[in-house]
Amino acid sequence: MLKPNDLILRTTTALIAFILLGFSVYLFLAGHNAPGGGFIGGLMTAAAIVLMYMTYGYATIRKIIPLNFRLLVPVGLLIATLSGVGAFFFDKPFLTQGFDYFDFPFFGKVELATALIFDLGVYFTVVGVTLTIILTIANDRSD
Amino acid sequence: MIFTVFVPLLVTLMIPFVNRWKERIHTGWFLLPIPLAIFIYFIQFVGKDFQPFYQSYSWVPSLQMNLDFYLDGFSLLFALLISGIGTLVLLYSIYYLHKSENLGHFYIYLFLFMAAMLGVVLSDNVFALYGFWELTSFSSFLLIGYWHHRERSRYGAQKSMLITVFGGLSLLGGFVTLATITGTTSIQQMIEQKDLIIGHAYFPLILIFVFLGAFTKSAQFPFHIWLPDAMEAPTPVSAYLHSATMVKAGIFLIGKFAPILSGVPSFFIVVSLIGIITLCWGSFMAVRQVDLKGILAYSTISQLGMIMAMFGFGTKVAIFAAVFHILNHATFKGSLFMIAGIVDHETGTRDIRKLGGLMTLMPISTTLAVFGAFSMAGVPLPFLNGFYSKEMFFEATLDFEGATGQLMQLLQTAIPWLAVFGSIFTFVYSMYFFFGTFRGKYKEDELEQKPHEAPWGMLISPIILVVGVITIGLFPKLVNMPLLTHAASTVANTTIEKNIYFWHGFELPLFMSIAVIVFGTVLYLTMKKWVPVYDVFPGRWNFNRVYDFIVDKLEEWSKAVTEFYMTGSVKHYVRNILIAILVVGFSVFWFTEGMTIKTDNLAEVTLPEILVAVTMALAALATIFTKSRIAAILILGVVGYGLSLLFVMYRAPDLALTQLIVETVTVALFLLCFYHLPELKKLDRDPVSRGLNGIVAIAFGAFMALIGISAHSSSWFEPISGYFLENAHDLGGGDNVVNVILVDFRGIDTLMEIAVLGVAALAIYSMIRLRRDKEAK
Repeated sequence: MLKPNDLILRTTTALIAFILLGFSVYLFLAGHNAPGGGFIGGLMTAAAIVLMYMTYGYATIRKIIPLNFRLLVPVGLLIATLSGVGAFFFDKPFLTQGFDYFDFPFFGKVELATALIFDLGVYFTVVGVTLTIILTIANDRSD
Repeated sequence: MIFTVFVPLLVTLMIPFVNRWKERIHTGWFLLPIPLAIFIYFIQFVGKDFQPFYQSYSWVPSLQMNLDFYLDGFSLLFALLISGIGTLVLLYSIYYLHKSENLGHFYIYLFLFMAAMLGVVLSDNVFALYGFWELTSFSSFLLIGYWHHRERSRYGAQKSMLITVFGGLSLLGGFVTLATITGTTSIQQMIEQKDLIIGHAYFPLILIFVFLGAFTKSAQFPFHIWLPDAMEAPTPVSAYLHSATMVKAGIFLIGKFAPILSGVPSFFIVVSLIGIITLCWGSFMAVRQVDLKGILAYSTISQLGMIMAMFGFGTKVAIFAAVFHILNHATFKGSLFMIAGIVDHETGTRDIRKLGGLMTLMPISTTLAVFGAFSMAGVPLPFLNGFYSKEMFFEATLDFEGATGQLMQLLQTAIPWLAVFGSIFTFVYSMYFFFGTFRGKYKEDELEQKPHEAPWGMLISPIILVVGVITIGLFPKLVNMPLLTHAASTVANTTIEKNIYFWHGFELPLFMSIAVIVFGTVLYLTMKKWVPVYDVFPGRWNFNRVYDFIVDKLEEWSKAVTEFYMTGSVKHYVRNILIAILVVGFSVFWFTEGMTIKTDNLAEVTLPEILVAVTMALAALATIFTKSRIAAILILGVVGYGLSLLFVMYRAPDLALTQLIVETVTVALFLLCFYHLPELKKLDRDPVSRGLNGIVAIAFGAFMALIGISAHSSSWFEPISGYFLENAHDLGGGDNVVNVILVDFRGIDTLMEIAVLGVAALAIYSMIRLRRDKEAK
């Protein structure tokens, strides 16, 4: 098969994927106070990675990101569950979240919430799930 | 008293161990003492001044289900029959069944049956009675199917099981109703509340239930059909179950409940009518049989009908005659069955067309058969007990007390005639049975083996029974006062004393007996000429065909019904589910008047909303009507993006974002799957089916819309959202209320949802990557 020249696609993807990844991190971190959160952030990250796959091909991306996305699913679920279990150490019911404001040098007053750890679990799970599904189906053409 | 029921049950546990020595000693010898001991135990109660006695054992006291045993005269008669004939049958079976047979099974079934039957006749508690009742059906099923490698045995066992269990379950219904009305489970206490039961609105129901139970068990018309097929059982079983004991359980039931149920016209009409019909039909059909046991089976049916009819008459003489005939029938029919078994055993066939001329070869059996058959026919000789009860039966048909109503009077006139008719045929088949087997030409070529007299062991039991026939015939007083009087008094619930005489004087019953003998002899001698009548009259219209038709058709119909809705097509299932939801949903709307429409709390509709909604509607319609799959997927995406636009308009940024990305991902997934999918085809080309689908779809949409409108129009309580809005910042530390709800207030939902996502991903992975069967191909 003749390989098409996709220089423009590759160039723009390098840029767009970067922006998408950054935006997804922003969505994830901003979730508590603005629209966003682990779910949307995870989907956005997955979208960025899918875009890279589409542009550069499966083999290339496997080399750059040597990560088994299926593993992200249990890791995310574990983080989310453990963040709930953590409440037991403070004599609180499962999944009780706490937050406080801290003063950091350079950043100033920042709110840190345990809900963020839970959201991180959601984020990992969603990334893992989405990529597992799409890549599994997409690579099932060999038969 | 309880041990008489439970000793046989416990013995069944022992039988497998005893059966190990069967090569040396026949298993039956070990078991013979048990029924004999029970018989001796019961015989000590027989006496002039017998008093009923009662024992109670707790079983389920909270439900009033207890093992209450009550021994009255009627139960005593049955208990003696069961244990006495049980002993004789056991003895007979030792010689009848060869050691190579599966003796362990046979005796376990037989003892189960014996225990159950004793339980039935001794129980005073209706639920205990029912339990034993079903155990008799069950053990009888096992015994009929004893030679389970034969197709006919299995057929007969199944037939008897279906019919008797049908009756048994009706009986349970009757018992539950009785217990509910009276508040007691004891039969004796029910008798005390007789007026309450008869006056109750459910009384007809009770009658029907109890009748169904009794008539199916006692092989009454039209439920008699299982009995001839039950003749596939080994002969000792037929002699025991299907002549002396189990088939009399229904008779026992009617007798036991007669103090409660009799005294109403419907009892008289149903029981007498069914009994008389059974008598006539059974004796009429018996002449047609060619199988010895077939003749005896129909004969049993007819004799049971006679007893049943007499219980229906309910007069003192009738009840006494019925009780007397129970005893007589058990003695002569038991011996006849055993003789039929001997003939079968010694000649290798039971077909009466092949038999004949056995008189000189088997003199003892012939002698025994004479007494049995002539007693059954009611020949007036002073040493045959059958004559006494037959004579009393004629006497009973002639005088009823207080017959009122047209139907009863009609019956009153018809019953003597029918009784004579039935008795004539009884005479004919008795002669046919005896002379056909033992007289006539000896057909040597047709027999498989050379016949000779049976071993003595096999003859002992019929000899004892025949001696019983003669003893009762010669000295009826021996059984009258000590036994029969108490039994009859129990059934009638008053004292009955009657003397049994051979000579009544020149009265109508005597002339009826003479007529029976004269016409019977004439009919028997001319039998060859009128036998073709059977091809015409019952012909194709016998009740076995009805039974087979019902059983076959039930299977066919249920198959048809199941195949009607279990089509295997998911489309049909979905349609059925939706239709069911519609029916239930609309009826709830209708009956609760739950449909409300309020328009005062509606928001204003803006132009962009209308535009988006119209676009979505058009896209949805286009999805349905498009021909290409790829177009359908893309147009469906329009609906999704429209929805996310609506979310934006209704100020739900998180939802809008999520919807946007999820829609994109799903469309992408659809397109990926597209590779695997076949061309889009309209599978359902049938216009009727398509029309129906359309109607269901539209109705369901309308239904959901109505629910939405109705839910919006009714506000039952304050929404909880106010709390979230107020406390999201202070308690959850966030300003994005949606996110705070997701991760904080209701984090467990989110946890489970991501678990669902994970499972879905793993499922897809394993479905696609781990296709074992595909690799195998």
